[in-house]
Amino acid sequence: MEELLEILGDLHPEVDFTTATGLVDGGILDSFDIVSLISEINEEFDVTIGAAELTPENFNSAEAIYALIKAKLDDED
Amino acid sequence: MLFTSYEFIGFLLAVFVIYYLLPGKMQWPFLLLASYAFYFIADPRYLIFIAVTSVTTFFAAKAISDKKIAFDTWFKGHKKEYEKEERKALKAAEKSKEKKIFLACLLLNLGILAVTKYTNFTIANINSIMSTFGSENGISFVDLIIPMGISFYTFQSMGYLIDVYNGKHEAQDNLFKYGLFVSFFPQLVQGPISRYSDLSKTLYEEHRFNWRTVSFGLERILWGFFKKLVIADRILVAVQAIIADTDTYNGFYAFAGAMFYALELYADFTGGIDITIGVAETMGIKVTENFIRPYFSKNIKEYWNRWHITMGTWFTDYIFYPISASQFMMKLSKKSRAKLGNNLGKRVPVYLSSFIVWFTTGIWHGASWNFIVWGLGNFVVIMISQELDPFYRWFHSKVKVAGTFGWKLFQVVRTVLIMSSLRMFDCYRDVPLTFKMFGSIFTDFSPSQLKVEAFTGMGLTVYDYAVVFVGMLILVGVSLVQRSGSVREKIATLSAPIRFVIWYGLFMATLIFGAYGIGYSASQFIYNQF
Repeated sequence: MEELLEILGDLHPEVDFTTATGLVDGGILDSFDIVSLISEINEEFDVTIGAAELTPENFNSAEAIYALIKAKLDDED
Repeated sequence: MLFTSYEFIGFLLAVFVIYYLLPGKMQWPFLLLASYAFYFIADPRYLIFIAVTSVTTFFAAKAISDKKIAFDTWFKGHKKEYEKEERKALKAAEKSKEKKIFLACLLLNLGILAVTKYTNFTIANINSIMSTFGSENGISFVDLIIPMGISFYTFQSMGYLIDVYNGKHEAQDNLFKYGLFVSFFPQLVQGPISRYSDLSKTLYEEHRFNWRTVSFGLERILWGFFKKLVIADRILVAVQAIIADTDTYNGFYAFAGAMFYALELYADFTGGIDITIGVAETMGIKVTENFIRPYFSKNIKEYWNRWHITMGTWFTDYIFYPISASQFMMKLSKKSRAKLGNNLGKRVPVYLSSFIVWFTTGIWHGASWNFIVWGLGNFVVIMISQELDPFYRWFHSKVKVAGTFGWKLFQVVRTVLIMSSLRMFDCYRDVPLTFKMFGSIFTDFSPSQLKVEAFTGMGLTVYDYAVVFVGMLILVGVSLVQRSGSVREKIATLSAPIRFVIWYGLFMATLIFGAYGIGYSASQFIYNQF
């Protein structure tokens, strides 16, 4: 989670991502941010996030993004 | 059949009456019939195109969806029998089978769109290249029909196919229900580009007559007609005069033309969408909003989140994201970071994807270099604004203007000026002429161009300009009221006599000040041609 918060902080230093919600719906993260984010996540966590997973629900909070990364890492089935 | 024709109003009335007389179960089949009749009246030959797209997409999506369900069911029961790597391989093999069907359908339909819309554009470019090399034998142009609304219904169908392929929802089981989703007549000619998951919620439901829903729909239709007939079709006369005679109308006139066109396009396109949404609403069907007061946007990115929203989200979800998230882009991202450093390197794939999206957006709007350059112009502006972000952060840390009325006004005016300048590509014959006219705003300006006589020589009288100006004030006023919620909801809370005065006033204003009669003919909606 720390690494993710650092990536997010680099994108928008003015936002407190530990508490912020509605990141996509509220217009904090736009499509450019999301694309930058997935390439950073790919680099940091070695996880590939597909286009179909780029939904507001998956990116509305740091917690949701982390859950997506975790689900990808634990992708058992 | 134009939305602004008497035939359309007659058609609408007949559809509306029959729709509510029919038993609920018969309503959606009747709408399918009405939609095909609407298309048939436009040109019987169009039917084959929309039918081919509907049938191929329906069966491809159904096959993908059925395979997905069958595989998931089997996989749930058997996954414990396999190791992790084997499970991954099984999933990949299944996805590959689905991909074949998906790609075949996608290529077929995009192929139809490309052939009908871009064959002559391609021929023109080949001929131009050949003549550069001295060849005089050009290829002849082909006489192709371009089915009405093909860009819209093809994109809508492809969105559905992609969503099914990505497992966002299951495929529709009924071919005729799906056929209605593709052909629903109010949105057939100029969008919005609906998502199946949105439109299907109310499209197939049984709807009983409800005065509130119907009156809200009628208000929306009337508002659309007001925008189209009172404002757009009137100022159109001046826009056409300015772009037709560039020797006379340059300098300040070119600027005025760009501003008039900004108003015309807004009133025309949002008016058309108001009619679309209103017509659907009278039948209890909810169509996605396509505009949220775009001219109040603070920057171009925000503008594109508020103008022709369904097109923007389509391009984001189905082109920008898939390209950006592709393996190629991920590799490019790694390479560019290694070579250019983290900060600059991470922007390379984003900008490359954005370039592709804006090129496609441009060519989607029309088979001409004007639209391509317009699309790329948007890309350049967005890129510059993105790159200026650190500067703006620095500026706001030094100068405390953010949030003030003056700064917000500056941002809004800046957005309108930039967007109107880019849209000049929409107006003039070719790209060099557009650049020339844009340049003339700065080089050929003279105070003598500000004379009233010059503007009344464009085919409009002072009275016409006054009507347009008052119309524009009403537009701005309504937009300002909208910021605190639906205007129609607000009207609904007023007493009956006041409500009546507002409706009657709007109706009479459209009737009296609408640009029709001698010297005018209600024109086609601009977005119909896309």
